[in-house]
Order: sequence, then structure tokens, then C-alpha cells
Amino acid sequence: MSLRIYAIAYLIFLYAPIILLPIFAFNDATIIAFPLSGFTTEWFGELMTTKALHGAVQNSIFIAVITASLSTILGICAARAGAMYNFPLKRGILGLVMLPLVLPEIIVAVSLLIVVVQILDLGLSNWTVIAAHVLICTPFCIAILNGAFQNLDPSMEEAAMDLGESRWSAFRLVTFPLVMPGIISSFLIAFTISLDEFIIAFFLTGANPTMPVYIWGLLRFPSSLPIVMALGTILVALSIILLTIAEILRRRGMARVGVKDKGGFL
Amino acid sequence: MWSKLTATEGRRGLLMVSPPLVYALLLLAFPLGAIVLFSFWTQNFMDVDTTFTLNNYREIIEKPIYFALLQRSLFVSGTVTFVTVLLAFPVAYFVSFHVRPDRKSLWLFLITIPFWTSYLIRVFLWKVILGYNGVVNTGLLNIGLIDEPLTFILYNVNAVIITLAHAFAPFAILPIFVALEKIDRSLLEASLDLGESKFTTFFRVTLPLSMPGLVAAVLIVFIPTIGDYVTPELMGGAGGKLIANMIQTQFLALNNAPLGAALAIVAMLCVTAISLLFVFLNRRYLRGRS
Repeated sequence: MSLRIYAIAYLIFLYAPIILLPIFAFNDATIIAFPLSGFTTEWFGELMTTKALHGAVQNSIFIAVITASLSTILGICAARAGAMYNFPLKRGILGLVMLPLVLPEIIVAVSLLIVVVQILDLGLSNWTVIAAHVLICTPFCIAILNGAFQNLDPSMEEAAMDLGESRWSAFRLVTFPLVMPGIISSFLIAFTISLDEFIIAFFLTGANPTMPVYIWGLLRFPSSLPIVMALGTILVALSIILLTIAEILRRRGMARVGVKDKGGFL
Repeated sequence: MWSKLTATEGRRGLLMVSPPLVYALLLLAFPLGAIVLFSFWTQNFMDVDTTFTLNNYREIIEKPIYFALLQRSLFVSGTVTFVTVLLAFPVAYFVSFHVRPDRKSLWLFLITIPFWTSYLIRVFLWKVILGYNGVVNTGLLNIGLIDEPLTFILYNVNAVIITLAHAFAPFAILPIFVALEKIDRSLLEASLDLGESKFTTFFRVTLPLSMPGLVAAVLIVFIPTIGDYVTPELMGGAGGKLIANMIQTQFLALNNAPLGAALAIVAMLCVTAISLLFVFLNRRYLRGRS
């Protein structure tokens, strides 16, 4: 019983900052502090008229869509190879691919910065951010897709090939539909990570900032903080919707291949 | 050609894993190699001098500021790891042992949601919570527990620790949960049948069996926290800056990438050394028991 109370208190601790967001987003004051002074939707209105923000949002969505697509494709390759085949150096190879999960993000950021700017002598752009985001999102995609691929019965594809399908069409017609929910789930998680990522984007972003980089700039100006709260409220709502869809699909995918859901994907 | 490539299972597996492998080699292994190389070079404004030198490392050893920052960073990461894992363990235990099986996913989902949402804004909101006119201070003032706002909870190392412990909570809970789920429940029954109390069963059976998850949780919190510069920048004030802030400054403001690279390497080496030591001590502890 006391454990339950502790767990609930812990959840409140986890959610404390997020709960404050909408409170200040609708608060009619330029200072982010208590006591509250009244209700307003002014800050949301201001979001609509801020041109620089729209550019940053477009950038971030572009980066997030491409990152999510690429890292999901790489994730499918790794998860399928890990689940269906034995090959030389399997553990080492998969370990290297999963490494960004524990690597400090600043290390990924500075090492890519050096390669792009000093060695290849290229400029920074959205593509440098994408390159880094694919690297850090792929391990998460693999973790999710492992759930979909691991308990897939290889004999189903073999049966399809015995019945005359090629290796590729057997995959497309048999395996692909079974792992589809996992694939969409992986896409959505990667999309959310990329959309929100700041530490790496700050180093690698080009002339056009991503949304978190833009927000970082706003945080220095006290007068723009209420707008940040409004923007944050929208972002949190959006993330929760995407994550809920991802979670539902992940579970449906596991049910489809007949795995008992052990909860969580890490 | 193609049929030769896909002739054996091993080759098919390698072919299948090659896209993520090549990607990781090109964008992870190669850049990590480049950063090591770079740390032995020097930079004068925009020109990079590629003669091999240990000057960057010498500077790090000789100037006390770097040592102080590194020491503080390791202290913060260590404390954050300790606090996070300690607070997370009971939650993971609760979800694994006391929540109905069909509700477990829901609990884990609720725990992970805050982790995915707007990192920057979450850190900033801790400022609102811990600030001079913040939630904690106004709350405590209204209850009458304090007479004037507390100042030791913002713009110092404490604030950095609280915020990081919050940010990394799910990272700690999930591996511990997975390890607890794997424990064969009949072992606990056996222990109780053989006369152990619930308390001693926990310490002699559950805790040692959950050790792999605990170790994973420690590493997955300890290693990445060393690279966070957002939280110290926003929460740390003048006295709460960490090594990651210095690395960031060397790269982006001071244009001394080689020194920044050397600092990043030194920080990584320290973290890796401590992690390996921890894993080693943990193995000895577990072996000593059996």
C-alpha cells in the first residue's frame, strides 16, 4: 500500500513540470510565477503571428520526417538481422549500432561537427542535423522493432518461398503486414525524438534553426516566455497524442505476432 | 553475384545488417576517430595546425579550471545516478510485483511520457518550480513553513541535480523493471518456505537477481548525464557550470575545437573508467555471494 502511494507521488513528481505548462500558457501575465492573474488566449494568438517560429517549425518537421523514415528503415534491417540470422560478429555489430543510446549526446554532436566542418569542409544545414538524428534515433527504432521481429516465426516466410514467392515478395506479403504496427510505432517515436532534440541540433543546425534551437533563443528574453509556455503546451499535447498512437500500435503489433506484452520497449 | 551474396545464412545476415552497420561506421566510428585525432592538433582562430602535439592535454592538466569542472561534473553525474536509481527502484518494484499484469504497460507508458516531451521547456519549468517566486517557495511561504524564500534550490549544483534526476528517471526505471520481471517468482516462494522473512528474501534473493537491471540503470544514467549542458546552463548559475558547458564554449564561442575535443575525450575516459570500475566491483560482489 505504501509502495502504491510512493509510486503515485513519484508520478506526480514526473508530471509536475508538464502540469504547469498549460497553467502559465493561459495565464494573463508576462511573468512566469505565482500568483496567477487571469485567463487569456493571447499567447496562443501571438504564436500564430510569429513568422520566425513558423520557419523553425517547418524545418523541424522536415528534419523529423526524414529522420524517422531513415532510422526506421535502418531499424528494420538491424532488428530483422538480429532476430532471424546468425552471422559473424553479431553482438559486436549490433552493439556498435546501439551505442548512441548510452553515448553522451554532446560527443555525437562535436564529433560530427568536426567531420563536417573541419574535415569535409561542408556547411551546416538541415541535413547535418538529420545525419546525427538518424544516428541517435536508430537504437530506439531497433528496440521497438525487436518486439515485432523477435517472435516472428521464420517458417511462415519459408512456407511462402516454398509456395513460389521470391525472398523479397515473401517478406513483403507475409512479414511486412505482421510488423507494420511496429514500423509505424518506430516512425512515431523517432519523429518525436527528432522534433524535440536540442543538444545535437544546437551544434549542427545551419542558418535556419530547428524549433528547439529557436525556443532556446527565446528563453533568454523574459518577455517571450509566455509564448514559450503556449508553444510548449501545444508540443506536449502533440507528443502525447503521437506517443499514445505509437503505444497502441506497438501493442497491436506484438499481439499480431502472438507475443505476450511485457510492457515497455527498452 | 547476388546469389553468391545470399548463399549462406551468415552472408544474408551480414547483408541485412550492413545498412545500419555502414551508417554507424561512417557517422559514429569514423567521427569518433576524427575527434581523437583532432585532440592532438591545434587551432589558431580559423587555421588548424595538424602537427601532432600533446599541448591540449597539457593545458587540461595544468589549468585548475578544467580539473575543477571535471570533478564537479563527475560529482553531479554520480549524485544524479545515485538519487535517480534509488528513487526509481521502488517504482520499478511496485510495477513489477504489485501491479496487475494487464495494467503494467499502462504504468510504464505513464512513466515514459514526460521523458519524451520538450526537454528544453521541461528544464525551464524547473526554474519556475524552484525559483525565488517559484512554486516551492510560494507554497512553503503560504503554509508558513518558511519566512522567506529558499535560495539554495536554484542557480547552483542542487538545482542541476534535481532537474537531471527528473529528466533521467524513466531511463533508470525501465531496465530495473525488465530485470525484476525476469525473476522467477517461485524462487521467492522457496525462500519464504525455507524460513526467510519477506525482508531478508528481498535482500538475499530479489536484490541480487535484479542486479543486471540496476547496473544497466546506473550506466544508462551516469554516462549520458556527463554530456548535458542545457541543465547546468539554465539551472546552475555561475557556480553550477559543468564540463559539457566548457566543451560547448570551446567549440562554438572560443573557436578552439581541438581543446574542446581533448576535453570531450578526457571526460569520456573518466566516465568510462568509472563505469568499468563499477561493473567490475559489482561482479566481484555478486561472485562473493555465491
